[in-house]
Amino acid sequence: MNKGFSWIAFARGVAGVLALVAVWQAFALSGMFSTAMTPPIGTIGAIMWRLLADGSLIENAAATLLRVFVGLAISFSLAIPLGVLMARYWVSERIFLPVLSVLLPIPSLAWVPLFILWFGIGNTATILVVVYASAFPLVYAVWTGVRAVNPIWLRAATVMGADEATLFRKVIWPGALPYIITGARLAFGRAWIGVIGGELLASPKLGLGEIIFNAAEFLNAGVMLSTLIAIGVIGVFFERFVFQTLEQATVRRWGMVAGSRG
Amino acid sequence: MLRRALSIGLPLATFAVIAAAWELLVAYGGFPPKLVPGLGTIADAFVRLAGNGILLSATEATLYRLGAGFLIAALIGVSLGIAMGRRQWIEDTALPIVTFLYPIPGLAYAPLFVLWFGLGDLPTILLVGVASCFTVIINTWKGVKAVKPIWLRAAEVMGARDREMFRRVVLPGALPYIMIGLRLGLAQAWRILIAVEMLMSVQRGLGWLIFGAQTFLNTDVMLATIAVIGAIGIVLERQVFTRIERYTVVRWGMVAA
Repeated sequence: MNKGFSWIAFARGVAGVLALVAVWQAFALSGMFSTAMTPPIGTIGAIMWRLLADGSLIENAAATLLRVFVGLAISFSLAIPLGVLMARYWVSERIFLPVLSVLLPIPSLAWVPLFILWFGIGNTATILVVVYASAFPLVYAVWTGVRAVNPIWLRAATVMGADEATLFRKVIWPGALPYIITGARLAFGRAWIGVIGGELLASPKLGLGEIIFNAAEFLNAGVMLSTLIAIGVIGVFFERFVFQTLEQATVRRWGMVAGSRG
Repeated sequence: MLRRALSIGLPLATFAVIAAAWELLVAYGGFPPKLVPGLGTIADAFVRLAGNGILLSATEATLYRLGAGFLIAALIGVSLGIAMGRRQWIEDTALPIVTFLYPIPGLAYAPLFVLWFGLGDLPTILLVGVASCFTVIINTWKGVKAVKPIWLRAAEVMGARDREMFRRVVLPGALPYIMIGLRLGLAQAWRILIAVEMLMSVQRGLGWLIFGAQTFLNTDVMLATIAVIGAIGIVLERQVFTRIERYTVVRWGMVAA
């Protein structure tokens, strides 16, 4: 898929985006809905600019991202010990795996109303949703990653006198890292969905989901669309740039994956 | 022998410990029983809901929306994915848009869809379809791209026309990826549907059941419904798709059983 840059492909991509914009514009101005509900591109741009200029978009995006990262940090601190235990000791796998298999198929957002009753509306419920959404992909990633470490490396390191801590730091961790980073990417995607849903349902004070929810009360489709675009841009940014770069910087440099990509 | 006994006994013991811990929490935790119901109360709620038909009608409504939404996602996803994989200009035109829309959580569109289409079934189904079609598009496209060029050339040399080529070579070749895409798409549709039902105030449905129970602090009903949701999730994943796979890709020898 790595063909290098092609002007034709780029021009077609631009044409596709322009066509989509044109269709939207025609739809918005057709009078099928009032322009308050389907604002034309110019209005969306103006609203976007206003939200950026008064800092409210950045403030809300920061609140949302903070929730995602606090949630992901909690997920990591749960998933790494749990995944390693499950992979290294058969007994702990038999203990935890059934519980995970029961909890895994329940959508994280199904818990929101219950979390709201238990912890009130606001941050706690939203962050818990993020943790619930992101912990499972991480546990599975750590678990499969540690199991996938070549047993010969383990035996070789043990023979050469590595103790348990060194073994973990020098062999197991780097060996499992490709899986863990892929899991982190997946976990971020889940967390990103979870946090928006959590904000829509649990209504904390700030957040991108909260802007959309409030804008719905005032039938303000322009604000909703601007926020949606911001959500998309932030999602693409983290997915494509942050996690992909992380993958390349660590995993490929250590020669764990031969230039593969997801 | 010990290993076998342990592999059955340990999970059972785990669940017993969790159940006992929960009951202790209920009995001595000092929480209001309305908010933290005992297992017996949850089971009672389940029996009550199953008995008076509410659970059945909610499940039926939710599965209907899931099916309709997923059908939209599958139709759009597979056809656009194949078109992108087969024609370079379609790929060039559509890929930037698809890549941008893909990571936007479908749920974020929910209030907008309410604004456009009102409340109820229609926006719910449309939203579930839109939210889950991107996974199907991306995987189908990758699958068509992954068909070995040598198969295409061989078929061409043997005189396959475009239509035959598609039916006999491209489709079976891409099918394992398409199945993965559909599977992931269905899982995504399921996760989103429950939340969408809470936001769209639909007539009945499992998400609505949880959301409605919140108003009356019926945590027993909520937990019983969550259990049903989990059970349906397992059935969808383990039964439906594994079975379809066995009849298609495995039988055609595309993947090992």
